[in-house]
Amino acid sequence: MTIAPPLELGRPAPESAPEPRSLSRRRPRGFSKADLSLLVVSGLSAVCFTWFLFYQLTVFSGAAGFVITSILAFLGIYYLANRQLYGRMAAADRVIATLVTLGAVAVAVPLAMIIGFLVERGYHLISWHFLTTDQRGVTQLAPASTGGVSHAIVGTLEQVGLAVVMGAPAGVLTAIFLNEVGKKAGGNPGALPEDASLFARVSARRAQALFLLARAIRVVITAMSAIPSIVAGLFILVVIVLGLGYGLRGLAGSLALAILLLPNICRTTEEVLKVVHGSLREASLALGATEWRTVWSVVLPTARTGVVTAVLLGIARVVGETAPLLLTIGSNSVMNPNPFAGQQESLPVFVYTYRGLSRQADIERAFAAGLVLVGLVLVLFVIARIVGNLRPGSLQQLLRRLHLAPKEALS
Amino acid sequence: MTSTSEGPEGAGSSAPVGGAASGDAPDGWQELPKPRFLTARWTRQDRIYRLLVTSVAVGAFALLFAIGLFLFLKSLPTYKHESFWTFLTTTSFNTTGHQVFGVAAALYWTVVIALIAVVVGVPIALAAALFITEYAPRRLRRALITLIDLLAVVPSVIFGLWGFFVLEPNVTGFAHFLSAHLGFIPIFHTSSTTLAGGASNLEGSAFIAGIVVGLMIVPIVTSIAREIFSLAPIGEREGALALGATKAGVIRAVVWPFGRGGFVGATMLGLGRALGETIAVAIVISLTFQVSPELLKTGANSIAALIAIQFGTGGALKLAALLAAGFVLFCVTLVINLGASVIVNRSRTGASA
Repeated sequence: MTIAPPLELGRPAPESAPEPRSLSRRRPRGFSKADLSLLVVSGLSAVCFTWFLFYQLTVFSGAAGFVITSILAFLGIYYLANRQLYGRMAAADRVIATLVTLGAVAVAVPLAMIIGFLVERGYHLISWHFLTTDQRGVTQLAPASTGGVSHAIVGTLEQVGLAVVMGAPAGVLTAIFLNEVGKKAGGNPGALPEDASLFARVSARRAQALFLLARAIRVVITAMSAIPSIVAGLFILVVIVLGLGYGLRGLAGSLALAILLLPNICRTTEEVLKVVHGSLREASLALGATEWRTVWSVVLPTARTGVVTAVLLGIARVVGETAPLLLTIGSNSVMNPNPFAGQQESLPVFVYTYRGLSRQADIERAFAAGLVLVGLVLVLFVIARIVGNLRPGSLQQLLRRLHLAPKEALS
Repeated sequence: MTSTSEGPEGAGSSAPVGGAASGDAPDGWQELPKPRFLTARWTRQDRIYRLLVTSVAVGAFALLFAIGLFLFLKSLPTYKHESFWTFLTTTSFNTTGHQVFGVAAALYWTVVIALIAVVVGVPIALAAALFITEYAPRRLRRALITLIDLLAVVPSVIFGLWGFFVLEPNVTGFAHFLSAHLGFIPIFHTSSTTLAGGASNLEGSAFIAGIVVGLMIVPIVTSIAREIFSLAPIGEREGALALGATKAGVIRAVVWPFGRGGFVGATMLGLGRALGETIAVAIVISLTFQVSPELLKTGANSIAALIAIQFGTGGALKLAALLAAGFVLFCVTLVINLGASVIVNRSRTGASA
């Protein structure tokens, strides 16, 4: 976000009169060959220094230690070299830039390592067979390639699907309450007096009450979005599974997931609804539409891609939840397609249980199931990104082009 | 589409509007138009809509209290058995033999792991947020934001697997180095680093669990910090640059003072997440009920992981004890998160915290 070009870095101020010939273009953020070589040489010397420390003096050992020590050595050497050449201020600036860049790299590296590790350990098991069979009749000594995770995949899809059916509408409706009903008209610049509701039928006092209610609900939703997922599991366990004597089953798991989904979707949807311009609402009301019509035909369609993204991202987050399911769905090594009766399996629980078993074949199965799970999450994430980048209305167009939506002149 | 516009009762009492258009203005004098008040009837759809939306929202509101209430009610058998204070201060978790159990060890290790996570994760998040707002070119910025969102959706069980199978073997050497060379610092002190058979005594420690959880809180802290840093006033940035500040100078003089309060809030939110992290911790640690200051040594605990590991392994009393532990966790995370969101919201609106 550079608005004004920062000062030229790393050039000593000319001490005497400037030479008349040096009228080349000044690049404030330029990075000359000398600077590049400084960077490379500092890096090399840091690695050499660390190598000497590790393998000649053998004070330290371990890959992680090597990386950390070389980074520290690099920062030190780079600072000293820059300070020698350009002065203290420029040196500090460069070292901080390096540190900050390293931080960004430190985010990317674990992600790449995690996915790489899963692919490496789990990919060889992934096959059509693995995706379409359950663990029925798999004996103690059977190799990892026998049996599969179809029961866990079906369980996950059903539990998450039910959770979405329950949690997503509730989340969106709560967001509508927060942003449409419990909001003062003053939020739309230049519209109505501060204390009036956007909808003139609602008295100022009532609008104030709704506003306060919305504020309280917003605080509670924020708090809810941060409760540990295992607490949601415990709640469903004591209320539904044990309290109502309902027993462990898929539906209990989806209830727990719905509790986690609701605040998540609500918060994102509220952000999206906030962006819908107030003048659209006012135009609709001025044309004689009712409040309900305005929300249904103006606000929600405008925010459609955003709401869809919110729901999809919420799902992607909830698909991998293990802890609440561990307490609510039980476990099952064979296919149980009915989420309303009997214990079910799910992918995260499968990964958790099987990695804790002692046999190598089971641990390999856990890795492969983990890869399937991450694949599922990635697919959801990518779809959410694509939908999120669409402009308003283009989702309709896309569906129409795919012959999934009725052709209309106006939508 | 049913009527809003003006109802008939509104039109009757008001003066004619738009005298020029009405055509029959008396010569020389024209009455000024008075404001008309639009009154519209509620339609049935509107009533249903308002009722539905409000009741769902109030239901969501009630849900949180229901969670707290039921956890508390169902953990009452614990307090029939022993006092709340005993439960809070006992380290062992013995629900069968002596039946003296408590949450002290789990609570201690939960806090320790969360603090290690904050120490590991927050600097990374700070650097990543600053890189995104201050240094990255636009394309890279968008890519990085996507990457961080992606890190946020990686399931915690996958983090646990990675921590157990990849991170632990690589970090044990580092932990060994810390205990051997920096053991004089209390937090790195370890009494013995090898077991009798020569096996390492540094696996399944709070240190390793803390690193894993630290990586898991990076996305949430980064995204909030990024949002707050990007709100730093542009005029003051330009002013600093015009006065000859370097980028680091701008960060130190404008971005950081402006975003400090919000960043503290973001850190607290990260801490709240770290306290409640379950499965990754359950996979990485080896459970212990001893409170010890040796962070690098095998053996740790956490309330959430304790519930996940011990659920279904005992009778009614154990379940009640686990529920009581869950209630303690619920209260702790609630307090921390509410505090954090208050701080974050305050700094979003521009006031300094």
